[in-house]
Amino acid sequence: MGHLSYEESKKVVLRGLLILAIVTLLEVFVALIGKGYIINGFHLPIWIMYGAMISMSLYKAYFIVYYFMHMKYEVPGLVKSVLLPTMLLLWAVIAFFTEGRSWHDWRAQKNDRPIASLTGVVNEKESKMETKHGQVEEQKNEQMTKDSTLQTDGNTHDEESTSEETQHH
Amino acid sequence: MSSEHTAQIHHSEGNHWNGASEPFKASYGKLMMWYFLLSDAFTFSAFLIAYGTLRFSMPTWPVPDFVFSGLPGGIHHKPLIFVTIMTFVLIASSVTMVRAVQEGHRENKKGVVFWMVLTILGGLGFLGCQAWEWTTLIGEEKMSITRNPFGTHTENGTYLDGDGHDIKAGDSFKAGQSYLIHYHDGQFHPLKFKTESGDVKTQQMGPKSFGALFFFITGFHGFHVFSGVLFLIIIALNVASGLYARRNNHYEMVEKIGLYWHFVDLVWVFVFLVFYLL
Repeated sequence: MGHLSYEESKKVVLRGLLILAIVTLLEVFVALIGKGYIINGFHLPIWIMYGAMISMSLYKAYFIVYYFMHMKYEVPGLVKSVLLPTMLLLWAVIAFFTEGRSWHDWRAQKNDRPIASLTGVVNEKESKMETKHGQVEEQKNEQMTKDSTLQTDGNTHDEESTSEETQHH
Repeated sequence: MSSEHTAQIHHSEGNHWNGASEPFKASYGKLMMWYFLLSDAFTFSAFLIAYGTLRFSMPTWPVPDFVFSGLPGGIHHKPLIFVTIMTFVLIASSVTMVRAVQEGHRENKKGVVFWMVLTILGGLGFLGCQAWEWTTLIGEEKMSITRNPFGTHTENGTYLDGDGHDIKAGDSFKAGQSYLIHYHDGQFHPLKFKTESGDVKTQQMGPKSFGALFFFITGFHGFHVFSGVLFLIIIALNVASGLYARRNNHYEMVEKIGLYWHFVDLVWVFVFLVFYLL
């Protein structure tokens, strides 16, 4: 705190306590009002809610690093050498979240496919579909036999090809 | 403060290549504390990004206001209140730490000890809160690193039976609402419900990774708080014994543990955001 007198820096501490406490309360308030806990039936759009909470958290982080950890009073070289590397995280966030979203889509796609899983358990969506075609038992039995062939002769057939065959019936 | 002080001592021309020059005007120890914290920030970020990735990959995720809505003393349905209290405790201990560092700059031994003791109490208070939270999740709600009884409905519907807690047969629910599958008499009791399209279904367990991520990330943070408290105690004892007063460097050790302690608070800002708010 070399740039401030003792009295001034004590004030900074009090201000810090108030700022962090108020911002935290605001965050919780946004979360609760946004999800309809305070006013019944009132919801905030998710991008406003998330945007507000993320920016407030970033502000808190800035305040802690700059004032509590005295980054404000360090020389520019030190500041850059500590803060710039964290920019790499932007890449990590974008890359991994995109990947996560793609796993999600892939899972959804997989569940929609009208096929039995390799364990022979018929999923709900499939059995509904079969009922429509009016050939529930037959197809189920056939499916089971196919599955067991798949497992016994260690064939390279994957789920994809099995599903195509099922649809040709 | 101390940077200016040391810079004056060492700033002799022509001595740049003997380690006497301080381009960053910070002592070796302080600089290395910064770089340690930078690397630690990457570790925590990696964990939080893993959380985000897995959460994005799941069709549903437990709603935090539902999962974290208890208070000690059997109070339920107070979303986020307990964790807000935890956050305040940690912020307060960060503030007392700043005061300890300031008193160190004035070479006021008693002041440093006083504010450090308050900081230690804050740290212990936070750990106590976390212990309660974990105990509830593990002991009562039976969440573990491989099991997550917090599921989420994907369609609107009506319950066909009650759970003996809050849900009665005939209660309706909406898509996106989370539920807890209660555990008693040695097993989980998922409820049956009827969807709007007339199908009868049973509650499913939530995404497994939720438990592992929660315990691992808050546990890793809690371990940082725990080791921080240990270091604070050691350094407070050293302060009291007059060790740092003899070093005559404005209690730089207090400043270094202060950096670490603020970092723990900083990480909590993001753990709080990611686990409890979003």
